[in-house]
Amino acid sequence: MKLLAYFRSLAAKFLRRPQAEDDIEEEMRAHVQNRADDLERSGLDRAEAERQAHIEFGGHGRYKEESYKALGGNFISTVGQDVRYSLRMLRKSPGFTATAVLTLAMAIGANAVVFGVLNVLILHPLHVPHPESLYAIQHSNEPSSYESYPDYLDIRDHNHTFEDLAAYGATMAGLDAGEKNPTRVWLEEASGNYFDALGIEPVLGRVFHASDEHGANSAPYIVLAYSFWHSHFDDDRNIVGRTVLLDKHPFTVIGVTPPDFHGTLMFFNPQGFIPFVDRELIDGENDLNARGKLTVFMTMGHLKPGVSQAQAVADLNSVGTWLGKTYPKDAGQRTFTLARPSLYGDYLGRPVKAFMTGLMLLAGLILLAACANLGSLFAARAADRSREVALRLAIGASRLRILRQLFTEAVLISLIGGAVGLWGSVLLLGALSRWQPIQRYPIQVDVHPDANVYVVALLLAVVSGLLFGAVPIRQVLRTDPYEVVKAGSTARVGRRLTVRDLLLVVQIALCAVLVTSSLVAVRGLARSLHGGFGFEPENAILADTDLLSGGYSRQQTPSMQKRMIDALAALPGVESVGLANGLPLGVDAGDSLVFTDKTTDLRQPNAAADPNTYSVSPEYFHAAGTALLAGRAFTWHDDQNAPRVAVINPELARRVFGSVDNAVGGYFKLPDGTRVRVVGITEQGKYASLAEAPAPAMFSSILQAPASQSYMIVRYTSESQNLVPAIRNTLRGLDSGLPFYVESWYKDLDTNLFPARMATFSLGIMGAIGAMLAVTGIFGMAAYSVSKRLKELGIRMALGAQRMEVLQAALGRAVKLLAFGCAAGLLLGLLASRVLSFIVYQATPRDPLVLAGAVLAMALLGLLATWIPAQQALSVDPVMLLREE
Amino acid sequence: MSDQAQILPGTLDLLILKAVSLGPLHGYGVLLRIGQISGQALLIEQGALYPALFRLVRQGLLKASWGTSENNRRAKFYELTAAGRRRLREELAGWNRLAAAMGSALAAEPEEV
Repeated sequence: MKLLAYFRSLAAKFLRRPQAEDDIEEEMRAHVQNRADDLERSGLDRAEAERQAHIEFGGHGRYKEESYKALGGNFISTVGQDVRYSLRMLRKSPGFTATAVLTLAMAIGANAVVFGVLNVLILHPLHVPHPESLYAIQHSNEPSSYESYPDYLDIRDHNHTFEDLAAYGATMAGLDAGEKNPTRVWLEEASGNYFDALGIEPVLGRVFHASDEHGANSAPYIVLAYSFWHSHFDDDRNIVGRTVLLDKHPFTVIGVTPPDFHGTLMFFNPQGFIPFVDRELIDGENDLNARGKLTVFMTMGHLKPGVSQAQAVADLNSVGTWLGKTYPKDAGQRTFTLARPSLYGDYLGRPVKAFMTGLMLLAGLILLAACANLGSLFAARAADRSREVALRLAIGASRLRILRQLFTEAVLISLIGGAVGLWGSVLLLGALSRWQPIQRYPIQVDVHPDANVYVVALLLAVVSGLLFGAVPIRQVLRTDPYEVVKAGSTARVGRRLTVRDLLLVVQIALCAVLVTSSLVAVRGLARSLHGGFGFEPENAILADTDLLSGGYSRQQTPSMQKRMIDALAALPGVESVGLANGLPLGVDAGDSLVFTDKTTDLRQPNAAADPNTYSVSPEYFHAAGTALLAGRAFTWHDDQNAPRVAVINPELARRVFGSVDNAVGGYFKLPDGTRVRVVGITEQGKYASLAEAPAPAMFSSILQAPASQSYMIVRYTSESQNLVPAIRNTLRGLDSGLPFYVESWYKDLDTNLFPARMATFSLGIMGAIGAMLAVTGIFGMAAYSVSKRLKELGIRMALGAQRMEVLQAALGRAVKLLAFGCAAGLLLGLLASRVLSFIVYQATPRDPLVLAGAVLAMALLGLLATWIPAQQALSVDPVMLLREE
Repeated sequence: MSDQAQILPGTLDLLILKAVSLGPLHGYGVLLRIGQISGQALLIEQGALYPALFRLVRQGLLKASWGTSENNRRAKFYELTAAGRRRLREELAGWNRLAAAMGSALAAEPEEV
């Protein structure tokens, strides 16, 4: 009770400080007036009486201060006083304040952005109830989760450790809600128990349940994602019960998911959800019983309460053993691990985690460099203010009080800087959330900052304030007021290495690390963009469509494909048109096991290779710009009636035939026993990712291995102007109901280059901030050392020193420190870049260009930063200077 | 002036309590009252009065209220609270014990030892 009253009075003192101040002031004034009245009565004149009264009263300010202390509001009100005093001091040196605030804003902003993304990707990935017990089942030998539907059902029904197991795959369909042109949408094909297993309740209508499934194509229902409902159906609440066409099959809209649920794969926001059992309607094939077809993208569920990960894995593995025994033809012994579903287990999870952790570290380094920078600025400032400090000490201020004042200033700056930085980062994160980096996919990451981000930013601001505020402590504690007042504030020119020097070296080193890493990353990306693709994206436009989505049957597909190729090839300016069911570095077309011709037991362990497979039209190689090293391309005669042929790449040739030379004319076998003759060898390319090791690839004739997915590569002569509208019109002229997508091949490659681009972009930003910090740091140090020694420089010049000698005296030390810091930073940066090479393709620190670039960059930055102080040193007018004192 | 005695540390509070116990006073009045009852023998730094007054108010020994002084100035008047009276009694008893002990100790003659 007493405590409460105390706090209330404390708060009252703080809030009504002016009131308390006025009261004390008034009371003391009244005292002095009363005393003066008495003195006047004793015969003094009024002015003399008042003077006398004031003298008798004693130290007005001191007693007022002590009165505050006595009133109990002392701590808080002195903080208030400190804050006001600090603000006054900061206003007096706007240059210093702006530099400090900006530096911190950048450093804290960078940290807040990186943490905001980290927070969403890794700390709070999924908006489902109890995400902590949700696990995806991943294969133990590779970071993937593919299963066949029957295998999924067996794992779901035979395990004892999961509450329920849900599964989903992704597919694309043309959605027709009664408009002329169908919209291309991405859908999740989800098991009937999907929403119930995750605990997702609809905001409108209902979701589907396991009880809706009664065999293939029995549940033509679609649940819309909130954002799609919002953008496409304008939040129409009467949508429930309406029928829409998906690939020309009627589906009933039964509900809408909550706004923050975007499916269970981070980045990938499907526009709707349909039951898995309806696959045939969309994908054209009933593979619900095909144990060999990996149709399920991911399987996941909540662990039962009290079940450990190890128990779950053991349980799954016993199911795997059972599967291997029961279906020996399809699978051997299967083993599993658990992973987080949001980033597709470890497939994306591991690199993303590694990269984000690395980025967070770099951001931390930036903050540290900024603190070092501000620390030395503060130390310099404290040295400049040594006379003020000495005076305050001399008239009775305690050292504690002075330190508190300095800390208040530091924390105030860091809070202002933090607020500005946070503001910037909120803007940036908002923009990132709205950003759709890849047009083709529904990829969007909601990284709006939450309370965590604000708390972290605030914490960082306060900690960094305390950190750099602590730098001048020793300086203040050692101040001898008598010495300073007597000798003036001219610092001794010490040869000793001071804390300031050390801080500068550390800061330069950190900045050099940042600059080097970002150069390594940028150079890596530049290299990855040139060469080695195995195709030529220049002068090529990509038009893709799925004939199945357009309602074409298997029999109609080849003729329609031929018609499309011919129509596009007839456009003026078009050189050639190739068609494929998938593209290297694009949408995966699939893979197939390949056996040598002599193999008779066609099971997985005996396979010679597992190449990426593509079904392509005869002109594909020319249109794609893929060179043939030997043999021939396909012709329109390589059809169902001709013997099966293939064009393979050198890596596959080496794996199957041992060498490239004797591959043409050789035979190999497919898992179903088909003998395939090799008719040509293409150049080696990149297929799944830029960073991959040489991978095997096999091209089949689209007439012999038909596919409905159709990517048409339109190669045009370099002088042709924009062909995209013409291509659109042509395709629409052939079939207005066909959903398609037209884009330059380069744009399309963005998908694959996206991670590397993002990495380079963010590292580039870090590097730029590092460079800026280096400039301000060196500038601050150089400017300070010049201003400190202006008098000495003036005397030197008066005695006839040459310009070089003056510069040497003024900046020699700064330059030496700079060189030392750079060397240390470069070394560290090269070490750090080894880590980068895991993320950024072809990022190698042992690159002379990078080394030279980093050295040059740091030297330029140093030159830039010392330029103004050097000019200042050279323009010293000795006469003016000497007259000043 | 030279015949004035510097007050002992810690005794200012007691003096203030005593002065105020004789009737409500404003700050300057406290000073005058102390001068009056001590026969102008004690030297008090005038400003030092205020931190002490505020301290006593905060301890709940004095209560303050704004009023008008005899020469029509707005002034804050202090009076003892119940706790203040109790404290004054305790402090007086303590002081008397101390003074008696000091007096007898300092008055000791060689033959009494």
